[in-house]
Amino acid sequence: MAERSFAKEVQLLKKRAGEEFIGEGILAVTKALLQCGVGYVGGYQGAPISHLMDVLADARETLDELGVHFEVGASEASAAAMLSTSMHFPIRGAVTWKSTVGTNVASDALANLSSGGVTGGALVIVGEDYGEGSSIMQERSHAFAMKSQIWMLDPRPNLPSIVKAVEDGFNLSEASNTPVMLQLRIRTCHVHGSFIAKDNKRPTYSLEQARNNPQKDASRIILPPMAFDQEQDKVQRRWPAAVDYIKTNKLNEFFNGDMTDIGIILQGGMYNGVITALRQLGLADIYGNTRVPLYCLNVTYPLVDDEVVAFCDGKSKVLMVEEGQPEHLEQAIHTILRRAGVTAPLYGKGDLPMAGEYTGQVLRDGIAAFMARGGKPTKPKPPILTDILSQDLNNAVPPRPPGFCTGCPERPIFSALTLAQEELGERHITCDIGCHLFSTLPPFNIGAGTMGYGLGAASASAMNVDAGQRTISIMGDGGFWHNGLTSGIGNAVFNRNDNVILIVDNYYAAATGGQDILSSRAKNAQRSTSHPIEDAVRGVGVKWVRRVDDTYNVGILTDVLKEALSTPERGPKVVIAASECMLNKQRREKPLKRAALAAGTRSVVQRFGVDSDICTGDHACMRISGCPSLTMKTLDDPLVDDPVAFVDESCVACGHCGEVADAAVLCPSFYRADVVHNPNTVDRLLNATRRRFLTALQNRRAGKQLMEQR
Amino acid sequence: MNSLSKDTPLAIAIHAIGGQGGGVVSSWLVALAQAQGWVVQATSVPGVAQRTGATIYYLEMMPAGAASPVMALMPSPGQVDLVVAAEWMEAGRAIQRGFVSPDRTTLIGSTHRGYSVMEKSVPGNGISDAGAIEAAALASAKRFLRADLGTIASLHNSVISASLLGAIAASNALPFPRQAFEDVIKQAGIGVQASLAAFGAAHDLFTDSDQPDVEKASIPASEMTGGTIPQQQEFAAMQKWIKDEFPIAVQAMASAGLKRVVDFQDVTYGREYLDHLAQFLVLETGTDAKLTTAMAKYLAGAMAYHDTIRVADLKTRATRFDRVRAEVGANDTQALTLTEFMHPRVEEMQGLLPRFLGRFADSGFMRWMLSLFSGGKRIRTDTLRGFLTLYLLSSLRPWRRSLRRHSAEMDSLERWLTLVKETAKTDCGLAVEIAKCRRLVKGYGDTHARSQSKYIKVIGSLKLLKHRDDAADWLKRLRTAALADADGVALDGALATVNSFATGVKNG
Repeated sequence: MAERSFAKEVQLLKKRAGEEFIGEGILAVTKALLQCGVGYVGGYQGAPISHLMDVLADARETLDELGVHFEVGASEASAAAMLSTSMHFPIRGAVTWKSTVGTNVASDALANLSSGGVTGGALVIVGEDYGEGSSIMQERSHAFAMKSQIWMLDPRPNLPSIVKAVEDGFNLSEASNTPVMLQLRIRTCHVHGSFIAKDNKRPTYSLEQARNNPQKDASRIILPPMAFDQEQDKVQRRWPAAVDYIKTNKLNEFFNGDMTDIGIILQGGMYNGVITALRQLGLADIYGNTRVPLYCLNVTYPLVDDEVVAFCDGKSKVLMVEEGQPEHLEQAIHTILRRAGVTAPLYGKGDLPMAGEYTGQVLRDGIAAFMARGGKPTKPKPPILTDILSQDLNNAVPPRPPGFCTGCPERPIFSALTLAQEELGERHITCDIGCHLFSTLPPFNIGAGTMGYGLGAASASAMNVDAGQRTISIMGDGGFWHNGLTSGIGNAVFNRNDNVILIVDNYYAAATGGQDILSSRAKNAQRSTSHPIEDAVRGVGVKWVRRVDDTYNVGILTDVLKEALSTPERGPKVVIAASECMLNKQRREKPLKRAALAAGTRSVVQRFGVDSDICTGDHACMRISGCPSLTMKTLDDPLVDDPVAFVDESCVACGHCGEVADAAVLCPSFYRADVVHNPNTVDRLLNATRRRFLTALQNRRAGKQLMEQR
Repeated sequence: MNSLSKDTPLAIAIHAIGGQGGGVVSSWLVALAQAQGWVVQATSVPGVAQRTGATIYYLEMMPAGAASPVMALMPSPGQVDLVVAAEWMEAGRAIQRGFVSPDRTTLIGSTHRGYSVMEKSVPGNGISDAGAIEAAALASAKRFLRADLGTIASLHNSVISASLLGAIAASNALPFPRQAFEDVIKQAGIGVQASLAAFGAAHDLFTDSDQPDVEKASIPASEMTGGTIPQQQEFAAMQKWIKDEFPIAVQAMASAGLKRVVDFQDVTYGREYLDHLAQFLVLETGTDAKLTTAMAKYLAGAMAYHDTIRVADLKTRATRFDRVRAEVGANDTQALTLTEFMHPRVEEMQGLLPRFLGRFADSGFMRWMLSLFSGGKRIRTDTLRGFLTLYLLSSLRPWRRSLRRHSAEMDSLERWLTLVKETAKTDCGLAVEIAKCRRLVKGYGDTHARSQSKYIKVIGSLKLLKHRDDAADWLKRLRTAALADADGVALDGALATVNSFATGVKNG
């Protein structure tokens, strides 16, 4: 993590027994790992678990003290493969990523791991990116747990429960020789709360010991006949051991209520939502006291049949609150009840929607529908706004999807692509995962979607025939190192692909928070950086490579793209467009600039601007830029109808608007102003001389011509 | 069972645009609640989804007691006590989502705008209706506080989080004293003085009213300065002409137009403007002088077109340098360098050639010559050389009337004037709409060409429309459609409709 310091968070990791830890959910998990004597931690960054990785990356000192190894994986697959150490040695290991996308990537390693089984506790922390604010397809990680027999924890969303789940996870893993997934929803990762800390623990078996004690265990190998034995072992030994551990240690919780003939079974992560809904219906209070009995599944896989049967038996109706689809839990519980001959009716999807996030409103409506079964339905409340007011409101409020930041170096790339296409015609463009995917939204509307991280180039590989126009594939530097070098570039070389691949190099894994990667330019004491993408691309055999080191130069970039699209040369054409992520650049430079200003050092502050009397308000610049700081201003001029362009104070002087106005031949309204703070004598003299001269000419004209003072 | 507690936490939703500082407000409120001995839970949905998009921070808080509360992780419709919107449309979004309810919600909205890409992409005026938010807020909030907290913040060199916190303190939605809020800012330790100033200013705004009326400073009409005594006298005479001969309804616009064209060329040009304008007075059919008012506005725009001389002139003015200094926050003594981004095309250069060159100006040789002077240029107008380049260009002004661009503009102007006049004889309402279509012509280079083709398309529909009673209405619709998007999709759709009813053929 180059440009952002997590020193404050690192201090939290040092809390001693009895001290109060106050912070975010995902940081509580990080601290809990150290309290559990974890031996190594790995993962691949992504919301909502980036913080875990970022903080550990900055916590070198603490980790060294404890003898804990931390590693950022090349991908989720390499992170999952790390857990192999826990297969062979009694060392606790934890890995983390964004799910389900990361679990998709990791599933090969995970399947191998869970088939062979583990000796030391193996914990997979999945940040479930589901519902509002999610940036991925809406799926569940639950199916991965079921298919590989990995146990799944879904704790109640408060810090003490989350911390306990980490401890339970390691213990359960060791008791059943099975890896365990800890599922945390996005809001749970970011929930702010507190818990009482314990001391950090050194691992009982060190990595050094492991290196000096090579292990060979044929029974762990995934080959026949061992693979068949492993399957039997899973079902006959590990599964019952897990159920036994869960039951004995009461990992699932029962909350009693006086309405004993009904009940709600819920995923632990749904607990706060369910209590809130019940409270709004007058059936619970803010302290968690409830009239409806609750069976809270802090372990959602495997289920404990006895507990399910005991909870449901004799009830007139039971509700299953299970977010996401398909309804794995509801189906499983139906099976359990049927096998046990329990007749209590089970409701779930139906009263609650099959798909989509279980928001406060959804839960309240769903539980109300369940409560009303057999009674009379509740009347919906009348709307607050009249039809007219509500219609006007809906017409006024514009959609506001995320987009490129102010000064983003990727914006000019898509301006150039727009201009190149204006000249050469539209092309089929396949995209990738990363900030650059914002190109698919207005104002650029470029691209035909994405097939996954690093797969931008691979997703155009079928369109490789000797006829028609070249396609363009986009790939970020993050995706490039994740797998794109082989799946995209190498693949294109091998298959003699004739299309264009545009690699966006912004020096970081920017979309996930600005982490360093192989090609980052920053000096990183702990990692080896500055390995150019160009070398790697040439290394796998690409002959036609162009690197543009200043993406803001829209003119040059447009020319390079046009060349790539039209050159007679065969084989993949790779354009590398490189400029530093502005968010991270500003993080580094802003404090320096502020300090320089305060210290009285000569410094130049740049800003872009628009001459409001030259701008005609057609907004062509905005349609080709979309920069948040390039906005509009309504003039107090009776002769002007439309708002004119205006650069607000958030401008970081990347220069894109001026470049575009030039490259697209838009208008002469843009200017750049460089203000010299703490000027030196030369500045002062030069400025004074120039101003005297300019003023003389201006005065001369003022004497001859009537001018309007606006 | 009657032992359920009635205690309820305070629910707070902060609606913001990613990168605006909603997270800062949230963390201040967390610190505030904790300092007051309350239990607080805050959540958000950060990540890439938040970057410059709409986002919500949600908090619940209550006094600490023996038992720990179970709080929600997201707001529910009808269950929020305080909604804080860091931008005006986001206030609308909060209402849309049902978080603002008349029985319990205090709504604090900053009226400043961060325009969405959708609004900015419209070639005309795509700005959303702010009044719709105000009306919905008044109808749905229990208490509604609004002010331009964005401007308050920048006036005090701070960011909106500080002024929002001031408004929250002023609303009394949280039972904490002002001092407690200020302590939180002080403890945060970053930009404390500026934050406190913005906090205080925002807080004090709401002393008398929840929706303080902002005195909108009446914008004084522009003034003419400089020039020779005869020029000034002639200008005064023309002003008098407007006052004596034009209806009151037209006077302000005519005066504004006159100033613009005199500023563009000279007093003689101003006289031409008024001569043109006067001809429309006799064509008015109503009493409100609608046609002349519209012509006063758009004739000025058409006559004061944006040619190279005009741009060079505007870029080199003393007032322009003052405006730039004010905009970038540079004081009078600070050294300022100014780089202009210009890209004259051969066409613009041809416009500067004298009319007598005729077809020779279009010859390959001439175009080649001119291409040497065209293309992307960065001109430093703070330096003697750069300034002189533009200053000399703008000195061509006295010869403008003899240049190619001017004659082309005048031909187009003449056609438009004739069309408006001819139409006014039979349908004054339609003539007003034709006058207003001049608004479509704008931009430079290709954009200008595109806008002109839209104008021609709209005006071209007149042959189908002019005998209809609702012709004015249709022309207005076409004009609105032309301004709705850049590619002319809306316009083509509207034109297809016009074609279908005019020719009786249903057009796909």
